[in-house]
Amino acid sequence: MALLQISEPGLSTAPHQHRLAVGIDLGTTNSLVATVRNGVAVVLHDENGRALLPSVVRYQPEQPPVVGYAAQQVQAHDPYNTVVSVKRFMGRVLHDIADAGSFPYRFVDAPGMVQLRTADGVKSPVEVSADILRALRERAEHSLGGELTGAVITVPAYFDDAQRQATKDAARLAGLEVLRLLNEPTAAAIAYGLDNAAEGIYAVYDLGGGTFDISILRLSQGVFEVLATNGDSALGGDDFDQRLFCWMLEQARFPDLTAQDNRLLLNHARFAKEALTEHPETRITAVLSSGFTIDLTLTAVQFNEMTATLVSKTLSPVRRALRDAGLSTKDVQGVVMVGGATRMPCIQSAVATLFGQTPLNNLDPDKVVALGAAMQANVLAGNRREDDDWLLLDVTPLSLGIETMGGLVEKIIPRNTTIPVARAQEFTTYKDGQTAMSIHVLQGERELVSDCRSLARFELRGIPSMVAGAARIRVALQVDADGLLSVSAQELQTGVSAAVTVRPSFGLHDDDVSRMLQDGFNHAKEDMTARALQEARVEAGRLLDATQSALDEDGERLLDMDEFSEIVASMRELAECVPGMDYALIQQMTERLNQVTQTFAARRMNMRVREALAGQSVNDLMS
Amino acid sequence: MMAITVTEAAARRVSEFIAKRGHGVGLRLGVRTSGCSGMAYKLEFADEIEEGDLTFVDHGVTVLVDAKSLPYLDGMELDFTREGLNEGFKFNNPNVKNSCGCGESFNV
Repeated sequence: MALLQISEPGLSTAPHQHRLAVGIDLGTTNSLVATVRNGVAVVLHDENGRALLPSVVRYQPEQPPVVGYAAQQVQAHDPYNTVVSVKRFMGRVLHDIADAGSFPYRFVDAPGMVQLRTADGVKSPVEVSADILRALRERAEHSLGGELTGAVITVPAYFDDAQRQATKDAARLAGLEVLRLLNEPTAAAIAYGLDNAAEGIYAVYDLGGGTFDISILRLSQGVFEVLATNGDSALGGDDFDQRLFCWMLEQARFPDLTAQDNRLLLNHARFAKEALTEHPETRITAVLSSGFTIDLTLTAVQFNEMTATLVSKTLSPVRRALRDAGLSTKDVQGVVMVGGATRMPCIQSAVATLFGQTPLNNLDPDKVVALGAAMQANVLAGNRREDDDWLLLDVTPLSLGIETMGGLVEKIIPRNTTIPVARAQEFTTYKDGQTAMSIHVLQGERELVSDCRSLARFELRGIPSMVAGAARIRVALQVDADGLLSVSAQELQTGVSAAVTVRPSFGLHDDDVSRMLQDGFNHAKEDMTARALQEARVEAGRLLDATQSALDEDGERLLDMDEFSEIVASMRELAECVPGMDYALIQQMTERLNQVTQTFAARRMNMRVREALAGQSVNDLMS
Repeated sequence: MMAITVTEAAARRVSEFIAKRGHGVGLRLGVRTSGCSGMAYKLEFADEIEEGDLTFVDHGVTVLVDAKSLPYLDGMELDFTREGLNEGFKFNNPNVKNSCGCGESFNV
């Protein structure tokens, strides 16, 4: 028979009506899924009893993707097709990814979001995340014995609308009903029951495998408000392993190491780091592929010395976040530790010293975010009574506004407004007889449009013609419980309104998602890339034709040998890449040809003008 | 002799869950008329003993059953078990004649 779980009084569900809800921590390095069973939040394990699912997906032609440990193992020998840290690319275009060169992937710069070329076709970060979420969903459904009602998925507090939308899209692709997105530090605070605690300021110190985040939260009347966030996207527990690895190399002066040796030593570095959490001293022994044997002893004191700079690197963002929030360490009522790397005693003591208090660390730091998300999912799914005093509010992470004349941003919903929220403001026309208005929605704290992030742009047409400043246009912004935005605009005299479904201009559109759900997952993205490629080819072809006919007509007259051959060489380069698949390269070469023909074009223009003017008097021209 | 028993494994889990929940006097078992085969079990935390409740104590766990439900549950054993990735409570009920495929509802 089916296995039953204990419900809250009066909340037993009818057979087959269980409200199975989970919390998912979709992490950069590892992901987890948790649920509340028998009144207790627990992380769900895989068949081998492992709680973590490495956020790694490997793609091979004509095969289902491999997710987790199995993918992680082959990462070193199949780097192009094994995607790690995909969270860094969610809702991002190539231009946003400053360190794109440090990843081994074949990026495809596509409109909307960067994509990755794999042996199983081009994948968007949304699809890769969906594959991770699908693995977690399957684990949860096996563990809970039924279909999930919904999930709460956590995102970093600093995620903008585009990144949140991308996360939601990934969940939908994975067949998950998103009950809501929850800020990671808020989830950690909920897991520690701080939402039931006294009001006050809390710091959440999150040192993961490869990222560091510090969030300063204020709890007032059950609402968590994110006062400030800071961090270092390239600092995590892995850097401690790396430091230890370098120390090992210095100590032992090895002969040349193979890739396997590197991996082996890095693993030993990690084991040693973990051992020092429990013991004052550890021994590192390993045999390299060359037969060379390593035997080293490492003490906690040595380890602390060699990693002291890394520890202090985390403290500067903490101070900056506090300064941004206008607070000092004394104002902080509690510090929550998140992320496996916070187990290191050197981190614990550095944080304790900085804040002058022992941080909260009795929950497993790898699981705390997922547990908090599960607790919230349990409430949202209706498994707790309404009179249970649970407040579930969150706030907007960044201000939302629209562009006004002069490239300025008028903020309509300030940051840290509790959501859901709807706010409206009236605007007017700028010119006499203006019958249309372009509405540009932006997110950010800066004053200039160019400094904020563009989320959407649409037009309100059919404004009755009247003098400037007479029309009244009401623009309403609405943010739902997931932190997602919709915008409407209405001209108040005639009632004409733009039927506006604002979508973040980054991330996948709703249509895209549903089409992708229908045709399998790959075609839509390929179409999108193909279209961009086609457009680039058409433009390249047009320019090549135009340049060729210009050369035929005037090339010999207007260009010297060097100039002529430069243009011809540039044309050849462009013509060569047109049949290829790299549309960014085609664009780049098209632009290059445009540049090298600029002087030629200017001379042709001058010549045509001179020819037209030849033999005519100024009077002829004026008449 | 009417009785409901709790296995040691189930008792250990129940005590653990009540301790983590922070409050509660025990476990409430019952049946309701619903589900595809007529009856469905009820398994809830109990915050108070209600009038007409029968109380059983086994392995340190207090089990409350209302008088109407008792005839359907008499002689049953509450067990805690693991099936694959799933784990949870199981009603070993001698009164059941048929149950639906999933076993969540039954008749006597």
